[in-house]
Amino acid sequence: MSSRNAILSRLREVQPASRALPAVPMFDDKLPPPLETFKQSLVRMGGKWLDAPADGDIEGLIRSKFPDALVVCSAAPEVKGTRRIEEIERPHDLNDVDVGVVRPGFAVAETGSIWMSEKQYRVNALGYLSQHLVALLDPADITGNLHQAYHRREFFEANYAVLMSGPSATADIEGVLIRGAQGIRSLTVIPVPRTRTSG
Amino acid sequence: MKRVDHVGYSKKFIADEKHIQFHDKRLWALRTDRDTEVHGIVEWEELRSLASGIKEHTLTHLADYLAEFERNATSNGVVVHWAKDAEEHNRIVYDILTNRKAKVLVKSKSMLTEECEMRPYLEERGITVVETDLGEQIQQLDDEMPAHIVVPSVHKLATDVAKIFSRTIGTDPNESRIPALAEAQRQSTRPLILNADAGMTGCNFAVAETGGVTVCTNEGNADLSSNVPSLHIASIGIEKLIPKLEHLGVFIRMLSRNALGSPITQYTSHFRGPREGGEMHFVLVDNGRSERLGMEDFWYSLKCIRCGACMNTCPVYRRSSGLSYGGVYSGPIGAIINPTFDLKKYSSLPFASTMNGSCTNVCPVRINIHEQIYKWRQIIAEKNELPFVKKEAMKVAGVVLSSPTLFRAAIKSADTAVAILPRAVLYNPLNVWGKHREVPEAPEQTFRDWYLERNKK
Repeated sequence: MSSRNAILSRLREVQPASRALPAVPMFDDKLPPPLETFKQSLVRMGGKWLDAPADGDIEGLIRSKFPDALVVCSAAPEVKGTRRIEEIERPHDLNDVDVGVVRPGFAVAETGSIWMSEKQYRVNALGYLSQHLVALLDPADITGNLHQAYHRREFFEANYAVLMSGPSATADIEGVLIRGAQGIRSLTVIPVPRTRTSG
Repeated sequence: MKRVDHVGYSKKFIADEKHIQFHDKRLWALRTDRDTEVHGIVEWEELRSLASGIKEHTLTHLADYLAEFERNATSNGVVVHWAKDAEEHNRIVYDILTNRKAKVLVKSKSMLTEECEMRPYLEERGITVVETDLGEQIQQLDDEMPAHIVVPSVHKLATDVAKIFSRTIGTDPNESRIPALAEAQRQSTRPLILNADAGMTGCNFAVAETGGVTVCTNEGNADLSSNVPSLHIASIGIEKLIPKLEHLGVFIRMLSRNALGSPITQYTSHFRGPREGGEMHFVLVDNGRSERLGMEDFWYSLKCIRCGACMNTCPVYRRSSGLSYGGVYSGPIGAIINPTFDLKKYSSLPFASTMNGSCTNVCPVRINIHEQIYKWRQIIAEKNELPFVKKEAMKVAGVVLSSPTLFRAAIKSADTAVAILPRAVLYNPLNVWGKHREVPEAPEQTFRDWYLERNKK
């Protein structure tokens, strides 16, 4: 007998008497305002919130925040950057990226998380090999809590999906928190409403 | 098989006051951070009941959910493998790697691959295995098992890490500033990830409905390991199944809050199928889990989501460290899981507990941990696996406790003895409880004497 069938038939022999599956409420009748909550949670997780400039020059804002950046690789149509994600052939080619730019599919207020899949990244490693990441988020895309998030259809369409909450971090040595462990060193979220070309 | 001697193994750790004090404080801080975070969630107790209910339902229908998971994963383009034990798991991983001529495997932390002792298996066969999680890499470089399931090197100080890094990745042995150590590890690990042929992750939750797995991490190493090399292998314990995507709402809200006191891990990553041009393999591992599911009193331990909160809250764990448990799973959860793998080897672990029940109270899936510890003690006593000293002490206790006269005499003389005897008598090698503990001062009068006197008045 294959291991598969051996395991499954053994499980059927020993499984305890059936227990019912509880229904999970949404816990969303008294949720605080999503935008304010998102900002607070983002900062708590080590991310930065950066208001968009009045003149709408996001490109200029990014350049001013990262003056030393040589390579800005963008997967968002609103920001040109110095390199388009469409030109990338292998994930490894992103290792010299100083700043990656992406537009999340949605965000979660409760945990300050932004959601990306291969559709937003195009090359997933953009979110991890880059030294810094900038996310352009439409405030209308913020959902209240994780229960609501896990009812979204996007999860069923993505081969890879991440809820990213702040930059990479570790506290593995003496519990001292280091922001910028092995992935991005910083995460900046800028509110930019979607346009028709945003995707 | 060598029997684990929990008390003996903990001696080395206990001998160093600096380490034990830090360890105790650090883990207790995790516990208090957890409390602060959890108390902010009004529905917390309801979430615990839901999490427990979802897990119990899944475990009582595990075969069906595994079949559903396999069906969906396969139709998403994932190759699904089944391993009845650790050896088969390791062989499957080795075959996947050699079929693609992969020589270097980068991996993120996975207790299952530790349980299977995969690293030595692959390395003996010429595969280089790189742990990328900082704490796990420190343990690998120091040739030790993880001492904690969430923070594997929590028993080490920065000065220890500095020594290990200077020996292995060439840093300055006197450089023990923590940001510098973390940066050095980032710099030395990045090229290994870029040059890897394959990446490997564990799995926190496997969703039957989507055929995907969810991995919760903080460092970014799991997403690098899985998104840079074109081959991704995930090892999955069969108890990780949950029925639907919406159930992640319950578990993700709880896991990091209960583990570290943070609302969520920095990365909650969902792998449902291979990248374009890539390859993805899931290895479903039994390794004793189906046997445990058949144990009437002990199958509840399969609900465990590996948050580590029971370890942080346990006074015995905090003062003996994870390595003294001699297994991958330590602390209270280790005390009830390890004996299901090997009762003889781990027969001392259920005695590494004060039975205070704190582990049960912090468990996010309501596992009755301390009751299971008690049940294991009964089984071990029945099977005659008690260590000699414990057995002799129990015999004496049995005689004394069954006779009121003897009991009273013993109490009186014990109190007097504590007051006047030299420490050497109380803290002798036959009295395990005397070690590293001070006896509270005895009251001047026993309760019985006070009661009799009061009634005379």
